[in-house]
Amino acid sequence: MIIDLRKFIAEEREFWHNLESILDSLERQPDTKLTIEQVKQFHDLYHRASADLARIMTFSAEPAIRHYLESLVSRAYGEIHETTERQQRFNIRAWLFGTLPQTFRRHFALFMLSLAIMIGGGIFGGIAVGLDSEAKEVILAYPHLQVDPTKRVAFEEESGKNPLDGQKVTFSSYLMTHNIKVSILTMALGMTFGVGTVILLFSNGVLLGAVIADYILAGQAAFLAGWLLPHGAVEIPAILIAGQAGLLLASAIIGWKGHQGLTMKARLKYITSDLVTLIGGVALMLVWAGVIEGFLSQYHEPVLPYEFKIGLGIMEIALLIIFFTWSGVKKSL
Amino acid sequence: MNKTKTNSLAIKTPEGVIFSLLLASPVTRFLAWAIDFAIITFAVGLTGNVMMLLNIFSADIARGFYIISYFIVSIGYGIALERYMRGQTLGKRLLGLRVMDSQGLHLNFSQIVIRNLLRFVDSLPSLYLVGGVVCLLSKQAQRLGDIAAGTIVVRYPKLAEPNLDQILADKYNSFNQYPHLEARLRQMVTPGQASIALQALLRRNELEPESRIGLYRAIADNLQSLVEFPQEVTEGLSDEQYIRNCVDVLFRAKVTDI
Repeated sequence: MIIDLRKFIAEEREFWHNLESILDSLERQPDTKLTIEQVKQFHDLYHRASADLARIMTFSAEPAIRHYLESLVSRAYGEIHETTERQQRFNIRAWLFGTLPQTFRRHFALFMLSLAIMIGGGIFGGIAVGLDSEAKEVILAYPHLQVDPTKRVAFEEESGKNPLDGQKVTFSSYLMTHNIKVSILTMALGMTFGVGTVILLFSNGVLLGAVIADYILAGQAAFLAGWLLPHGAVEIPAILIAGQAGLLLASAIIGWKGHQGLTMKARLKYITSDLVTLIGGVALMLVWAGVIEGFLSQYHEPVLPYEFKIGLGIMEIALLIIFFTWSGVKKSL
Repeated sequence: MNKTKTNSLAIKTPEGVIFSLLLASPVTRFLAWAIDFAIITFAVGLTGNVMMLLNIFSADIARGFYIISYFIVSIGYGIALERYMRGQTLGKRLLGLRVMDSQGLHLNFSQIVIRNLLRFVDSLPSLYLVGGVVCLLSKQAQRLGDIAAGTIVVRYPKLAEPNLDQILADKYNSFNQYPHLEARLRQMVTPGQASIALQALLRRNELEPESRIGLYRAIADNLQSLVEFPQEVTEGLSDEQYIRNCVDVLFRAKVTDI
């Protein structure tokens, strides 16, 4: 029932010290690579400490030594059973042209759902502004969107310069960071069983649909397309992918989409890297969209012809479609 | 793995050994976050001052870079430090906390990113109210970010080897003259009682002298009530020495006994 504690400690303490010094060294320098001999020694010491812990837990109620051994074993356990990710170097090219589009395609149904929710919001916003003139005041509650589209177009085309001259970098930086934060929130709200994600996607759709309806009804479709397409062609898909990530998170929480057999913990573990990949792609897209919106979108005719701006937007959409459809597709033999 | 609300998480290794990790309480975590927040604020202020040097070229560029650097520092702080300091930020290190995989393994990068990005929800509406409430309700004291990433925050005191000199001291024990009484003592004393006696000796210097005398008297009386050694070996022995002799008997099996 009670072991010979003195003999036990006297015999084992040297091995505990050796294990502790290896652990200290690994923790001080995480990238340390052990030789085969050192790995073998580390493994043996871990097993010995584990066995000692088992003995002291079974035969004695001595808490100080037990806690000390538990601390050693738990530290060593994390090292011995670590995942292999540490050894793999991050390859940005492989990630960008392989992992990202592959992940997008793997969860394409959720992207379509995200798109459908935003389109639903857009239809609602468009109809609201089209049918009720007072709706514009409520839905488009931003000063620059309250202006009559015809007056704005006349003013912008007459002034012939970017109203953001002297603050383009500031504006562009603000847009990037703000939109990335909103996208992260859209993804993170997947934890609310997707309710928060759906609300954000729908409300973005309402706003977009209301703006589109307002300008089209005012006969300013060309200006609208020239204004929104250059950056919107990338920004809107980015928000949709953030929604896709949010819905993916929600699906893991709820347990649908073919993961019914797994626990929630296992489902979440299964999608963690996909979430990071998707949100990483979103961030890249929003950096690009921010640059375009700050430096190009605010120039209108006669400085920049609408055909050029619309053409640029269409080209971006086409490139995005090509990228997400074919990049990283494994060729069959 | 333990399923009830507890302050520790028991993990069973493939070798069949069970060890426990002490879960950090929401209050300790909040304090660690407050330290990190102060550091981030300082770092952002410092970065802002450096970025203002760009005013030489353009105020627009200086402001733009400041916005971006603020964003990178505030989001990247937790991600970078937990990645390179093995699950610790400066605040967590100061308070002896560490983020770990909920199965006791090291974190992978995806887990670190997800738990940090989900701060956007945990920090709603302010001061981590959502995260704090979820943490209080969670079995493993996890906020939403931890649940999504499969992580836990543990108290990670790096325990030094306990002072074992008292156990290892090799002095003459007069009780050894009565092996049959020693055997009876080993039989009568429960592991719990043995542990109390041992701990009382190991923590000798942590006790106030007055309390120590009282405690040792109570333990010695208890041990004497179980097995009575002859007066010739107990006469003149202090309560403390009596306990030492008993502990020596209890924790040091004779080679001939095996």
